[in-house]
Amino acid sequence: MQLYRNLSIRQKQVVWAWGFLAVPIVFYVSIRFYPTANAVILSFMDWNLLGDKTWIGFENYVKLVQDPVFWKVFGNTFLYLIIGTPLSLVVSFVIAYHLDKVRFMHGTIRALYFLPFMTSAVAMAWVWRWFYQPVPIGLFNNFLASLGLQQVAFLNSTTNALPSVLAPAVWAGLGFQVIIFMAGLRAIPKTYYEAARIDGVSTWTVLWEITLPLLRPTIVFLVVFSSIGFLRIFDHVFNMTTNNPGGPLNSTKPLVLMIYDTAFNSFDMGYAAAQTVVLFTVLLCVSLLQLRLLRDR
Amino acid sequence: MATAEDLTIKPTSQALLSDTAPARRQNLGQVIRWMLLFGGGVAMVMPLVYMISTSLKFPFEVYNLNLIPEEPTLENYQLVLGDIRFAWWFGNSILIATLTTVSNVFFDSLVGYTLCKFKFRGRYIVFIAILSTLMIPTEMLVIPWYLMSQQLGWLDTHWGIMFPGMMTAFGVFLMKQFFETVPDDFIEAARIDGLNEFQIWWSVAMPLVKPALAALAIFVFLGNWTAFIWPLIVTNSPEMYTLPVGLTTFSVEQQVEWELIMTGAAISTLPTLIVFLIFQRFIIRGVVMAGLKG
Repeated sequence: MQLYRNLSIRQKQVVWAWGFLAVPIVFYVSIRFYPTANAVILSFMDWNLLGDKTWIGFENYVKLVQDPVFWKVFGNTFLYLIIGTPLSLVVSFVIAYHLDKVRFMHGTIRALYFLPFMTSAVAMAWVWRWFYQPVPIGLFNNFLASLGLQQVAFLNSTTNALPSVLAPAVWAGLGFQVIIFMAGLRAIPKTYYEAARIDGVSTWTVLWEITLPLLRPTIVFLVVFSSIGFLRIFDHVFNMTTNNPGGPLNSTKPLVLMIYDTAFNSFDMGYAAAQTVVLFTVLLCVSLLQLRLLRDR
Repeated sequence: MATAEDLTIKPTSQALLSDTAPARRQNLGQVIRWMLLFGGGVAMVMPLVYMISTSLKFPFEVYNLNLIPEEPTLENYQLVLGDIRFAWWFGNSILIATLTTVSNVFFDSLVGYTLCKFKFRGRYIVFIAILSTLMIPTEMLVIPWYLMSQQLGWLDTHWGIMFPGMMTAFGVFLMKQFFETVPDDFIEAARIDGLNEFQIWWSVAMPLVKPALAALAIFVFLGNWTAFIWPLIVTNSPEMYTLPVGLTTFSVEQQVEWELIMTGAAISTLPTLIVFLIFQRFIIRGVVMAGLKG
């Protein structure tokens, strides 16, 4: 009798559980897994959206490897990552490290750093685009002119354009990283610092031997989070180079913009799908690396 | 570093061995640190300040470096808000961000709760499957979503813009973490009181994780308010654009009238900035919670 009642309650619960999960499972299968499989299959096809799909095996990937634009774009994406991630992490750590020790107007200063995180990338891309204009329009060049310094070509130069596009992306993400770093710093037990002080250890040694090693999970999380962000950069580039997306001469074009162009301007769906598979693979590697780094701890 | 701990250890040795120079140097260091941090913070918001300041300027003044307009005007706002399209875009963005937020708060917490509090076969597989979708970038899915929307007639509709974001694995993970903090005894007690499983979730468990729900809501709302690539792809008539997509078109049209572009940018940024300034502490706590647990 008792056993039977137990069993029935548990069975009832199983029914409830699957009932709760029914709609979400349909969603995840049809809006996440099926499209993923679809993208992979599409990458082996030649299709211009209107005609017939034809199976062409690895031809899209071969074309990709032989496409000089792809390598340029791949290099750009890598540059966004390799400049953006270390830069934003070092800067945000320095800010968080010092802000953590400041009491006076702590909340206000924190809010100042965090405010840009609440903005939309599109709006800020246009604000920065205005800053970068040549004299007499752009703020930066007007400022340089007022100091009697030489003009800088920001968005019109093939060498300066990429860092110029990257700057607002780093700027907008900084506040989030500062907040996360500060939470990480707070989580380090005070006793370690007290012990170090009694031993008379220098501030630098404390930083290198105590703070940074204990901050490792936070650092790994932020490295992966910001790496994924920079690898997927699109909004800033698209809006700052609307007259020639990814220009000048493809010098700012990231992978996502190439995907967008190939799919929705050239309508070469199979080729675009192959590019998304490459993006997926790169992001997967970054995520797996994170899992490894966290497990080694 | 002049904290309470310093005072407990240092005074005796310092008072005996040296004059007050180190202490004074430390104070000076603190002041310099504060000034650099504050200066950096002011520099961080300068782009926003210039955006707002320029949106209040007449065209003749736009290229001056002065922060405070000599003749402040709301003319730009009248011009931009007088453009009916901004009303459409604003409305679309509000509608989409609100509906996706409601959907995420409902479904993500329902799934998180189920995976956390029910013991049944296959729950681990479901959890791993949902979590694995975190690895799939949106950009990989936009092409299949576009094809799907084309077949189902969802292109250029509100539903078309929001269907991909109705649930997120991030939210499920976040909520599952927080439901761990709800004691099983509460749920058991509610069960004995005769509540059914849905009532237990809704009226017992949900009120206990309100802070987490708020954190999730903030993230989802902000994410959808600023979303760009998918709305850009799925919409093609101006009435259906969201604010970011509309702003892009509007700015491209304006070309050189930067004061109008800045006004458009300010209009799409100010709502979130104001919300942040009001709920500052709360939002930062939410971001930390979501960032560290998610």
